[in-house]
Amino acid sequence: MTDIEPDETVDARGAACPGPLMDLIGAIRGAESGDVIRLLSDNEGPLTDVPEWAEEAGNELVAVEEVDDHHSFYVEKT
Amino acid sequence: MTDHVVVVGGGTGGSVLANDLADRLEPELDSRDVRVTLINDDPEHVYKPVWLYVPFGQREPADGRRSLEDLVDDAVEVTIDRVSDIDTDSQRLRVRGSPQPIDYDYLVVATGSTLAPDRIPGLAEAGHDYYTESGATELRDELLGFTQGELVLSVVGTPHMCPAAPLEFVFMADDWLREQGRRADVDITYTYPIQRVHGNPHIAEWARPIMEDRDINVETFFNAESVDPEAETITAMEGTELDYDLLVTIPPHAGVDLIEEAGLGDDGWVDVDKYTLEAEAAENVYALGDTADTGVPNAGSVAHYQAGVVGQRLASEIRGRPPTATYDGKTLCFIETGMDAASFVEFDYETPPSPAPPSEKLHWSKLAYNESYWLTARGLL
Repeated sequence: MTDIEPDETVDARGAACPGPLMDLIGAIRGAESGDVIRLLSDNEGPLTDVPEWAEEAGNELVAVEEVDDHHSFYVEKT
Repeated sequence: MTDHVVVVGGGTGGSVLANDLADRLEPELDSRDVRVTLINDDPEHVYKPVWLYVPFGQREPADGRRSLEDLVDDAVEVTIDRVSDIDTDSQRLRVRGSPQPIDYDYLVVATGSTLAPDRIPGLAEAGHDYYTESGATELRDELLGFTQGELVLSVVGTPHMCPAAPLEFVFMADDWLREQGRRADVDITYTYPIQRVHGNPHIAEWARPIMEDRDINVETFFNAESVDPEAETITAMEGTELDYDLLVTIPPHAGVDLIEEAGLGDDGWVDVDKYTLEAEAAENVYALGDTADTGVPNAGSVAHYQAGVVGQRLASEIRGRPPTATYDGKTLCFIETGMDAASFVEFDYETPPSPAPPSEKLHWSKLAYNESYWLTARGLL
């Protein structure tokens, strides 16, 4: 378990690709620099989409956690 | 006791459902055991797919309008007004034009999508679109005088109405400009928010080589952050900046505020069971079309098929039987690949799309369906 405290959590469980990534991007849009957004997703797509987008956008994927039936992605807005 | 079904929204989903109920519940409507009310804030029904053709001079906005009263069965009570609030606990709603509340036994929310260009600074001022009547006619005027430069089509918001329409627009613009003898002097660039050219990977995989063949530039992972109308640039969150001479965008979409205020879901989309289309936060409430947050495309075919499911479920409930009809995610879409060729996809929750080879026959099938849509809206097709 990570001890990172997210500033906002986006629960995209149940959403199909590209919904989770778009939900994350939407949250990052409204976030301040340094904020950490936690994305919850039970779709496989974000396992590749989120790291690729974070790198492209220059944000940092600080942790990925497997929790029960979903993954939690922690992305810090630079 | 009379059961009152209220449908809010007279777009494809609401109109098809109202006519479906008029047919399915004819005995109960005749005996006044059931009332069906359709509430819409516009006396006309609008068929939005017509707008794709307006910029290329092939259709007029009036081709996509019909009087809702004429389109909907006489057994349905049509109210032209705007719903101001919904109280799902007391099963009651209010409209702006009357102090009298409207009680319902069953409510169907089909309020659809609205555009929110103001979310991106500069977009409303600089961006053209074909997602409104006025946008489509203004874009037509711009295209007529556009002889050279950078044409950028940017998909800013997803989900958006008709996910195929951005691909269709650049394919049609490419072909149309070639017909006009202007293509050599116009660069076309297509931007998309994720790492491929369409949300569905199968459609993206099909479309990308066509774009390469047609010399349509692609920018992926492009989430527009701002537009500078004076400098004529569009900048993405990812840091990419593009120059444009003509900017066409798919603006951010949102549902209506009413839904969030009623506690039915966020950003104007109703949280539903994706099979039954029942609202998760309230009893006796359904949503369909763009309004229902099912994860399937915001497309007219989806609203059409969902209306049939909701119609069957409501009829079962009214007749005291357990509803069994479910929506399987069925989506059907023609995709124009030029001015005289189109592809076709059909898919559902379990089966991915497999785009058909583009052909003139499919193009004419799309145009023929656009004409026969009025039979769909009447519940006949």
